[in-house]
Amino acid sequence: MRLIGFIIVCLTGAFLLYGTTELPDWGDPQSPASVHLSNHYIERAMEETQVPNLVTAVLADYRGFDTMFETAVIFCAGLACFLLLRDFRKEKERFYRHVPTGVILHFKDSKKKLPIGKEFQHMDKQWVPYDIIIQSVCRILIPFIQIYALYVVGHGDFSPGGGFQGGVIFGSSLILIAIAYDLKTLVTRIKEKVLGIFAAVGVLIYVGIGFICMLLGGNFLDYSKLAKIIPVDPGHIRALGMLGVEIGVGIAVMAVMAIIYINIVSEGKHDEGL
Amino acid sequence: MTEILSLIVAKYNYWLYVILMMIGLYAMIAKNNLIKKLVGMNIFQTAIILFYVSIGYKKDATIPIIEGAHGGHGASGAAIHAADYINPLPHVLMLTAIVVSVATFGVAMALAVRVYQRYQTLEEDELRMRLSEK
Amino acid sequence: MHWQIDLIVLTFVIFCAIAAISVKDLLATAILFGAYSFMMCLLWAVMGAVDVAFTEASVGAGVSTVFFVAAVFRTSRRTKD
Repeated sequence: MRLIGFIIVCLTGAFLLYGTTELPDWGDPQSPASVHLSNHYIERAMEETQVPNLVTAVLADYRGFDTMFETAVIFCAGLACFLLLRDFRKEKERFYRHVPTGVILHFKDSKKKLPIGKEFQHMDKQWVPYDIIIQSVCRILIPFIQIYALYVVGHGDFSPGGGFQGGVIFGSSLILIAIAYDLKTLVTRIKEKVLGIFAAVGVLIYVGIGFICMLLGGNFLDYSKLAKIIPVDPGHIRALGMLGVEIGVGIAVMAVMAIIYINIVSEGKHDEGL
Repeated sequence: MTEILSLIVAKYNYWLYVILMMIGLYAMIAKNNLIKKLVGMNIFQTAIILFYVSIGYKKDATIPIIEGAHGGHGASGAAIHAADYINPLPHVLMLTAIVVSVATFGVAMALAVRVYQRYQTLEEDELRMRLSEK
Repeated sequence: MHWQIDLIVLTFVIFCAIAAISVKDLLATAILFGAYSFMMCLLWAVMGAVDVAFTEASVGAGVSTVFFVAAVFRTSRRTKD
């Protein structure tokens, strides 16, 4: 198997290497990829949309339909993880730890509960002694990460960034909560339902903006028609439409990243994990 | 001699991308562990993304963000020449591809966790054995 | 862009890829794969694709490594090849 695989790989590689002789030189401004459509984007995007970051302009405006379905793919990935792994059976046993003494209480009946707070804390089989330094540093760091994520989403029109990156950074700040404290902290702070609703609402914002444009008499995702209901400079309206779309993408991506992480790390039980 | 050197400088990127692609393909075919296969898939994917991004590159051009446009609204004074900016179109296509790739990677990991829950192994030959036992 | 920098980073990328698929410990694979993604991000930043580099830095080197470690935590760390 290994030998056959190696032969197949070498054959494919030889064909591809032979194919590179036909490709344009590296960095050639006259290569076929950059003489047709992209020149229009580079030269006209600024006056048509007033967004200096060409990548955002093409992503959210010229190819907005494409990006909408990419967002839908991400939503479907979150849904697939949920459906594959989510396990609603409750664990019968519960463990609590008495913080001042370190004594562990083992409850065999899941109906009895202790108040979680300064005195008692949750515990599970994978419990490790928590580290006060990591928790304090993360507690200080997480708000800054989240503000940075919002900046990346909001400033995506002018600098590198946008909905995808900002959403991923926001989602990773949620994952950092789960890593620094424990998974229960994250799950009690942000309920599973809220995350699911966020993922759906993100896609809905994107599609909704498209439909509003249709209702106002334009094509799907034709942001210039939004000027009828939003009183701003008509030249700037496309940038504003793009910002709305990016916010939708950011919300969807943020929620889906958190859903995938929580489901993988707890095998769908949402109670214990890394 | 200089001809060969210029040929190498013009094409070595493509050769190295092909090598990267071959590494990914080999891992997908020959590795026994499912997670190793996933790593191979991701290497293959990034090699293709790398190829796409590199065909948009232009010599002596800057990043695709219009200069001097951050001040106010309205068109900036100077005309914009396409040769001064790197082609943004491959970047857009590949940006979404990367984010979709991490989402599909998550689904693949979920599947791997599920396979491990049921068969207690991720090795391909052991999986075949467990499947033929039933 | 200087082609020397490009060549050095590409060589590192290929080394990281070979190491990631040949080590026998999946946690090491996770970290090497993160390093691979970060090298790739560097390559794109040098190539002028700043948005793609940003995405790869946050997605490839960040979140996908975390998913990887989470999956290894829930499955097994050992591998035969």
